[in-house]
Amino acid sequence: MSLLDIHNLSVHFGSEKHPFAAVDGLDLTVNQGEIVGIVGESGSGKSVTMMAMMGLLEGQGRILADRLDFDGKNLLTISGRERRRIVGKDIAMIFQDPMTSLNPSYTVGYQIREVLALHQGLRGAALNRRALELMEMVEIPAAKSRLEAYPHQLSGGMSQRVVIAMAIACNPKLLIADEPTTALDVTIQAQIMELLVNLQQSQNMALIMITHDLAVVAEVAHRVAVMYAGQVVETGPVEALFRHPAHPYTEALLASIPEHSKGAERLSTLPGIVPGHYDRPRGCLLSPRCPYVQEVCRADRPALLQHGATAARCHFPLVAKEA
Amino acid sequence: MLSFILRRLSVQIPTFLGLTLLTFTLIRLIPGDPIEVMVGERTLDPQMHAEAMHRLGLDKPLYQQYFDYLSNLLHGDLGLSLVTKESVWSEFTTLFPATLELAIAAMLFASVFGLLAGVIAAIRRGSVFDHGVMGISLTGFSMPIFWWGLILIMFFSVQLGWTPVSGRLDLAYDVQPVTGFMLIDTWLAEAADPELNAGAFRDALMHLILPAVVLGTIPLAVIARMTRSSMLEVLREDYVRTARAKGLSPARVIFIHTLRNALIPVLTVMGLQIGTLMGGAVLTETIFSWPGIGKWLIDAIARRDYPVVQNGILIVATLVIVTNFVVDILYGIANPRIRHAK
Ligand SMILES: Nc1ncnc2c1ncn2[C@@H]1O[C@H](COP(=O)(O)OP(=O)(O)O)[C@@H](O)[C@H]1O
Ligand SMILES: [Mg+2]
Repeated sequence: MSLLDIHNLSVHFGSEKHPFAAVDGLDLTVNQGEIVGIVGESGSGKSVTMMAMMGLLEGQGRILADRLDFDGKNLLTISGRERRRIVGKDIAMIFQDPMTSLNPSYTVGYQIREVLALHQGLRGAALNRRALELMEMVEIPAAKSRLEAYPHQLSGGMSQRVVIAMAIACNPKLLIADEPTTALDVTIQAQIMELLVNLQQSQNMALIMITHDLAVVAEVAHRVAVMYAGQVVETGPVEALFRHPAHPYTEALLASIPEHSKGAERLSTLPGIVPGHYDRPRGCLLSPRCPYVQEVCRADRPALLQHGATAARCHFPLVAKEA
Repeated sequence: MLSFILRRLSVQIPTFLGLTLLTFTLIRLIPGDPIEVMVGERTLDPQMHAEAMHRLGLDKPLYQQYFDYLSNLLHGDLGLSLVTKESVWSEFTTLFPATLELAIAAMLFASVFGLLAGVIAAIRRGSVFDHGVMGISLTGFSMPIFWWGLILIMFFSVQLGWTPVSGRLDLAYDVQPVTGFMLIDTWLAEAADPELNAGAFRDALMHLILPAVVLGTIPLAVIARMTRSSMLEVLREDYVRTARAKGLSPARVIFIHTLRNALIPVLTVMGLQIGTLMGGAVLTETIFSWPGIGKWLIDAIARRDYPVVQNGILIVATLVIVTNFVVDILYGIANPRIRHAK
């Protein structure tokens, strides 16, 4: 049984009459101890998917799903109280901008201790000891004095380490990192990424790594899900997906990595942007931008089907064409 | 922290100077002088008028009077009332507790209900409650105090007979001023002689309610609106999402992680309301015959009692400035980013 099992998840914003499906029939599974990379342009619904699962949309969006299970519990039907016992403890999340993710009015130590007190009932010396231990685990120098620091006294990289410390505080089974390095300096990015992967190994947690950086995914992830306009358009093991992408969108994404275009026939990235509220096509969501588009693509939306080693939503998967 | 305090204090010196000049000039711009007002309709012998003005030192050139005034101020001398010959300071200290009691009650009323309404409106954004709060506070904000006071008196005092119309305490009670706060004094009196002073505390409270509501209405509206908009802004912050992602209870997310930060601008607004409150107190005390500073100043203006007007306003202004200053410091405490600023 998968740790996380999402089947046909949709998140609708806007009015009932004219909903905007920020997430549109998404399937995703994550196994225990696995690293799953999620890639896709901005606006493709990566963050909304994770927020929906965490219960962070706060009545802003309508969540529909055939299945939204975590660790055997149905996240769709549990009460808010039950969800809050899971969220922050068994599922934790790291956000994009560390500089705004910490409360400016409280010390770093306070914000870390808060999770420990809530979920593990730690008090007094044990609480302080564990907070310090976490600060050391995320490799913050002078950890003891930094516990008393306010967020504005920390750099972006340090803040993100604090956010990570808070997230791993209760040994979560699943850690979601939503573009954890996008807002950081390039030199810091690699350090944070390395820290996350090391922690994933030492804590044996599952990790969902949302990122723009395909090179990172290629290096660390076991499986990849490529998202486009609220759907997973292709998913599979890293090796296979990078070597033989079945979906034209995956192909275009890979072509945007310099290393891949070397030698091979140079593929230009797709022109255009992710369709928004008013320009969602009826057929395949990529059809307006797809270089291989056919008549059927504009009329029918393809299902996510296995093509070779990966599963893709495409009427004319590239692997089949090559074979 | 000390340099922070000194820095903030030094900014106020020009304000004080400007204020002395303003009150000195304005009260003299009103037609009539203290002697004319005292004598009233009766004709006045110019000779006697000149002598009286000389006795009061009001025949000196204006610049001379102004510099005398400033030099007295520097020596801590606030002068005597032209009318009662009492020292301005002692008149002030006698009357001030009445105004302070009224202002505290008004601010308490405004803060408690303003914060509550603002927080709930923000959490239930777009609900009927939210629209209600916004609509009512807009009305409250533009409420003419005089009219509002009279409406409340008409309804609660005249129609329903629930509250007394004026003053601080029924004449039937003879309560010794100990603290000057009627609620405390009546409570002490009741404790000392439960039989003679039975019901005095309740009576003082009933006297206080309407004026406090009238005076607190505008601050209430301002605080409710400010709390709501500030809450809505903070609720969108990433760190509030982080707090939710930790699995914290909604109450903790709202009160610990949102309100604490949303309070910072609200606190500033509350501090600024102290000035509005003093202005409102003048009107409120007049409507309810509340024997406080506001009524004292109005009477002094009517009598052209120059020292009382000049120095009374100066004392009140100093109080407003000091309160704003205290608010500034609280602001620094509530906001670590400012506290640590070099
Ligand atoms: N609270 C919201 N209300 C309406 N639309 C939203 C909301 N949050 C996100 N969206 C929309 O949903 C789409 C997906 O957003 P998001 O999940 O943040 O994309 P990304 O893949 O870059 O993380 C975007 O078009 C965004 O504008
Ligand atoms: Mg995102």
